[in-house]
Amino acid sequence: MSAPVSAPTLALIGNPNVGKSTLFNALTGLHQHTGNWAGKTVGSAQGVCTWRGRTYTLVDLPGTYSLDTRSPEERLTLDYLAQGKADVTVVVCDATCLERGLILALQVLDVAPRTVVCVNLMDEAQRLGIQVDLSALSRQLQAPVVGLSAARQEGLEELLTAVEALTDLPRPCQHCPHARTCVSAAGRVHLAEQYAAQSVRDHAAQRLQRQQRWDRILLSPWAGIPLLLLLLAGVLWITITGANLPSALLSQGFDWLGAHLEVWLGGWPSWLSSLLLDGVYRVTAWVVAVMLPPMAIFFPLFTLLEDFGYLPRAAFLLDRSFQKAGACGKQALTMAVSLGCNACAVTGCRIIDSPRERLIATLTASLMPCNGKFPTLIALLSLGLMAGGGAAGSLASAALLLGALLLAALVTLLSSRLLAATVLRGTPSSFTLELPPFRLPQVRQVLVRSLLDRTLFVLGRAVCVAAPAGAVIWLLAHITLGDATLLARLSALLDPAARLFGLDGVILLAFILGWPANEIVIPIMLMAYLNLGTLVSYGDLHALGALLTQQGWTWVTAACTLLFSLFHWPCSTTCITLYKETGSLRWTLLAAALPTAIGLMLCALVAAAARVIGA
Amino acid sequence: MPETISLSALPVGGRGCVLTVNAAPAMARRLEDLGLIPGTCVTCEARGARGGPGAYRIRGALIALRQSDAQGVTVTPQAVSP
Repeated sequence: MSAPVSAPTLALIGNPNVGKSTLFNALTGLHQHTGNWAGKTVGSAQGVCTWRGRTYTLVDLPGTYSLDTRSPEERLTLDYLAQGKADVTVVVCDATCLERGLILALQVLDVAPRTVVCVNLMDEAQRLGIQVDLSALSRQLQAPVVGLSAARQEGLEELLTAVEALTDLPRPCQHCPHARTCVSAAGRVHLAEQYAAQSVRDHAAQRLQRQQRWDRILLSPWAGIPLLLLLLAGVLWITITGANLPSALLSQGFDWLGAHLEVWLGGWPSWLSSLLLDGVYRVTAWVVAVMLPPMAIFFPLFTLLEDFGYLPRAAFLLDRSFQKAGACGKQALTMAVSLGCNACAVTGCRIIDSPRERLIATLTASLMPCNGKFPTLIALLSLGLMAGGGAAGSLASAALLLGALLLAALVTLLSSRLLAATVLRGTPSSFTLELPPFRLPQVRQVLVRSLLDRTLFVLGRAVCVAAPAGAVIWLLAHITLGDATLLARLSALLDPAARLFGLDGVILLAFILGWPANEIVIPIMLMAYLNLGTLVSYGDLHALGALLTQQGWTWVTAACTLLFSLFHWPCSTTCITLYKETGSLRWTLLAAALPTAIGLMLCALVAAAARVIGA
Repeated sequence: MPETISLSALPVGGRGCVLTVNAAPAMARRLEDLGLIPGTCVTCEARGARGGPGAYRIRGALIALRQSDAQGVTVTPQAVSP
């Protein structure tokens, strides 16, 4: 056996939702996304942590309830530990639910002797009136036990000191049987019960009662569902109202900057300055002005709900519908993630254990509109409404957007059911869903993290796509073939087909060119209509409406564009993620074909109905 | 109280101690990991719409189980102190 190399490996393991990711972030200074629901970390993250001159490699293993179930991920975790790949293992337990954490801790101690048991969420336990006798626990487990409040960064030094002490011990022989091997799983449960009983003083009754009262309301069918809808409507309303002003300001700012750039680029060849300004700059500026504000509001709000522990409760409320559709109730969680980003939801589907149900959730993930589609949806909805500004207008927009999301949810359920009845037949599998205790979100951290990590990341990706797309669309609009531009030829080519679905050639072309990112569909459409006149600024709905009417838009066109923007092929990032997750081109194609077929079908229906009633 | 009922029949606020767990092997394991084995006492904290899942307090954690899964668990109802 060689001595441990200079960077010992430290593996973090624990039940889902015990704050492993928070601890990982606190130790490494990295920013892995955390949330108050089980299964947040689906892959294993790696990071580096330095303590007293020694550098440790940290591995954050996915949350697990045990080490020997049939789930392939838990199998991987078991193998990882059993093969001694980690020099020291840290089992993270939840102080408010210690007994269950100990069941896993006992298992880990059996396979990985150099283990520190870390009791996290000590601050929360204290608030709840739970006292944990750490030294008693350490005596019973015959292993070092450390108390911790990872979110407050308390106890990290004690943990690292304990880790250091274990690292310095001679490396144990891997084949020696460990002294304490439990006879049976039930024996382990009883042992955990006994240890917890001797080390935990629980005065939590009163607090628990308060949580119970909340849960009776939030989880009851009569109040829970209306509250869920109200909450969603509220989030949308705040997003829409809050985004108006910053969007207008950003738009003005970009116009001002554009005017200066025009002067500055005065000496350049006119085609080049036009390509850069009218193509690259305008489209990029549009995407930032339109996307940034709603995202900067929606993501933090969503993260607050996530941190609070609401999402699994929404899944609980909606489970019956998913059960009827032959799908897993956890799909409600991935649908909620879809609202932020479809690609993230596709990855998130790993929380569903049954491969059949996981595939259903994966294939239907892009039926929920992502945040990047919101501005398009809101613009189209407000256009149809032509509502004046003010609170009433944004309230109506929020209600309509909520309607669009409910339609998307309904289509998701129906498609899941269709898949479960055809290509993915099978019986609904068993599953358990943990409803975590409500936690006060750490508001400051949520704001910073969701702004920096999510918003800027998604925005950066959109901008990277928007800039070249602006150049491409400019070239299409300026390269002529015969007597017409490429853009005009392409849209004329698509026009007859598009008309069948109540759209026109330009709209369809914009959706095709917008494959890299949904955010650029509307700017492309407008540039094509205007053939590169000036891009109307975002805030001016009336000008937008006038322009579209001039291009032959009717309410049917608006309705069909809305439906098609809700349901069409997933963006390129999502497609790549789909391929990575399913490992099959066939499933990826099906996942892209499903929303497209639904969108086309709905558009054709609306167009046909409009023809019948003569609109 | 000698009678036994299935966990899915436990009323909201009702408490019962597990007698038998009858589930598919994977689910039985998962329930064991959560500490739901014969002898464990659980409380039903909420119930969804008819046919929907129930939320049960199992060893300090709140766990939702579908009705079909909860039906496989038999419990002896216990008197609850008000």
